[in-house]
Amino acid sequence: MAILLNAVSIEKSFAGVHALRDVSFELKEGEVHALIGENGAGKSTLTRIITGILRPDSGRLTIQGNDVHDNTPQYARSLGVAAIYQQPVLFPHLTVAENIALPLESAKPRWRIDWKRRYADARDLLLRMGISLDPRRLAGSLSMAEQQIVEIAKAIGSHARILLMDEPTALLTDREVDNLFRLVRQLRQDGAGIVYISHRLEEIEALADRITVLRDGSTIACKEARGIDRAGLIELMVGRSLASIYPKREVPVRETALEVDNLSNAALGLHDISFTVKRGEILGFAGLVGSGRTELARTIFGLSPAHSPIKLDGKPVRITSPAQAIRMGIGYLPEDRRQHGLILEMGIAENISMANLQAVSRWGLIQRTQETDQGESYIRSLRVKASNASTAAKTLSGGNQQKVALARWLAIHPQIMILDEPTQGVDVGSKSEIHELIVQMAERGVAILLISSELPEILGMCDRIAVFRAGTIVGTLSRAEATQPKIMALAFGHADTPPQESARA
Amino acid sequence: MSSRAREIGVCLTIVALMLLLAWHAPGYFTLANLTDLFLANMPVMIIAVGMTMIILTGEIDISVGSIFAICSVVMGVCASRGMPVVVSALVACIVGALLGAINGALIAYVRIPSIVATLATMVALRDGLRWWTQGAWIQGLPRQFQWFGQSQGAFTTLCLAATVLIALSTALGLRHLRVGRSILATGSNKAAANIVGIETNRVVFGVFAATGVLTGLAAVLNSVRFNQVPSNSGLGLELKVIAAVAVGGAAITGGSATITGTVLGVVLLGCIGSALTFLGINAYWEKAIQGGIILIAVAVDTLNLHRRDHAYTPST
Repeated sequence: MAILLNAVSIEKSFAGVHALRDVSFELKEGEVHALIGENGAGKSTLTRIITGILRPDSGRLTIQGNDVHDNTPQYARSLGVAAIYQQPVLFPHLTVAENIALPLESAKPRWRIDWKRRYADARDLLLRMGISLDPRRLAGSLSMAEQQIVEIAKAIGSHARILLMDEPTALLTDREVDNLFRLVRQLRQDGAGIVYISHRLEEIEALADRITVLRDGSTIACKEARGIDRAGLIELMVGRSLASIYPKREVPVRETALEVDNLSNAALGLHDISFTVKRGEILGFAGLVGSGRTELARTIFGLSPAHSPIKLDGKPVRITSPAQAIRMGIGYLPEDRRQHGLILEMGIAENISMANLQAVSRWGLIQRTQETDQGESYIRSLRVKASNASTAAKTLSGGNQQKVALARWLAIHPQIMILDEPTQGVDVGSKSEIHELIVQMAERGVAILLISSELPEILGMCDRIAVFRAGTIVGTLSRAEATQPKIMALAFGHADTPPQESARA
Repeated sequence: MSSRAREIGVCLTIVALMLLLAWHAPGYFTLANLTDLFLANMPVMIIAVGMTMIILTGEIDISVGSIFAICSVVMGVCASRGMPVVVSALVACIVGALLGAINGALIAYVRIPSIVATLATMVALRDGLRWWTQGAWIQGLPRQFQWFGQSQGAFTTLCLAATVLIALSTALGLRHLRVGRSILATGSNKAAANIVGIETNRVVFGVFAATGVLTGLAAVLNSVRFNQVPSNSGLGLELKVIAAVAVGGAAITGGSATITGTVLGVVLLGCIGSALTFLGINAYWEKAIQGGIILIAVAVDTLNLHRRDHAYTPST
């Protein structure tokens, strides 16, 4: 069978960090080729290179026999590449027919729109796909699944031969997933090639002809799907030696600092979450992106108030705002330091004093010298690479920005510290320095919640590990018993659900 | 910082204009003319200080003209009914504070976008006032109403002192007070400000209420210059104010604006109008030239921003 897509030795790095290293990938006519790996393994980067959103640093990309040098989204589309994402990207205020017609018509704009033909074409297309959907409905009024189907119709309508599907079932129900699978199999029969990305191994088993495993930006394996077992796949995805030594030291664990008992937050998809964390203890939150870890952190911190049965030092409290959480000695280092962390235009000292301005002010008047002194002392102790305390945060590197963000919370002398992906996008040197800081906090008796998608970090830093799946904690492992495969099995729901056709967690 | 560059740019433009005037129309610099010029632009200046804070938080208020009109009429009505002038002034400021607080509550707590909320209050307040006054001007004001019962010279000094005090204390407050820092943080990054415990809703509410007070004060100081109060004052005032803040280098997206820039913006746009008359240019050109200045100022910003955006490569 003809090869639709061939990527050879693709390299891509962002700011010196390798996202893809010598990755090769091939897609044949009439096959579903699954692409799997942990968060950050490079799946999205590879799809973005194929769809022309990103340019590879080196390597060769051939699409339908055309050597692609300067790929752009337009060019990739003209070669028959279409992508479908977790979240459909339709124009909500336009009809189904218009959404399907747009990619076709924008290529050759016409003065007059032939509405009759547009609707007729859309209806024909949907009929051919075996879908009963009124093309006159507004895309915004459709369910997630229906929108996903319109996305596929869009792709088929534009004669796509190469379909990249990135977690297309994440927001669908079981029935809808079956319907989607039917369409995917039909496409395969018609000779299209499908790149299928999913965290759900049961879907991979049900659909894939071949499987490529990515880990840390490298191709680990490319195998026929027949006869492969899930445990083997998980092993392939995570099986690596610890990339660095973690400075974790044993800290005598003291009294319970935080107790959460049956927390639910329907709006954020959290349910029945219970855990405790003691002073000096580092409790890890592992799980897939979107499994509810960040949502839980935000709930505890008062950012998305819910009925949260929380006890601090044994006393029940109600936290309804971050200001209140901070007064109670809780700190929260958010995941996205650019969006939610630093005020990039402001100086380092101003960013550090942000969460406890009262400490550097008198009668509402900020004591500039005191503020600068505090900034400079943290710059020295955390070894932030910056010329002085008034340097704007936006000029710092990722690692230094993260140190400043952390210093802000050190400055409030927290009792409980929630760290959400504290070393994401941080260079190796700063990373181990941040790990050291976390350990030092624990030694001072701070109770720490560490959210991380990096399993070695979780295993290397934490005393206990709570694994999240679908909005709740599905298991807690002690430092001694935790291994990467055990955590992954819990996170993927492999441990308690037997494999079955298109089963869903 | 680019805002520094903007301040210098506006400053140089003002100097150039002054030189041109000194050359062609030295009569511009008589005390009488400068006093008139100052008094005519004082309301814009005082309200622009409040507007700078609002724009700093990333919001906008287009209802200040209507609030100004209501406060002026309230001041006149109170005085004509026999209230002491000082009490009337206080009532006018309180009314301004209340109206600003209504705006603030609609925006911060009901979460209506500020442009829509203040558009609604702008229209509603203006027409409500028309219905209340039936278009009639407030007359029969007591003798001590004009100039607060002072001489004209003393009054001008008082106004000048008040304006300088307001601008200076706001500029210092933004820099040195905790609440000032909260305003800057809210405008720069609302989500991040929330996480460090800043009650961003309260900040937004506060700047609207404060601008209401300042608008009331501007109305008080303006209305006592005349012996009657028109019921339609402040028409188009919001545009003058916002234009001055924009020329002063404020980013309409919030987080970046300075009182110095705003003051210079008010001076530049304020001087242009009468300068044209003195230079013998048809006064009909005034608005066109002001529009041109606003466009140039904002275009320079946007071009700079583009250049920066292209130099920046995201790390995702």
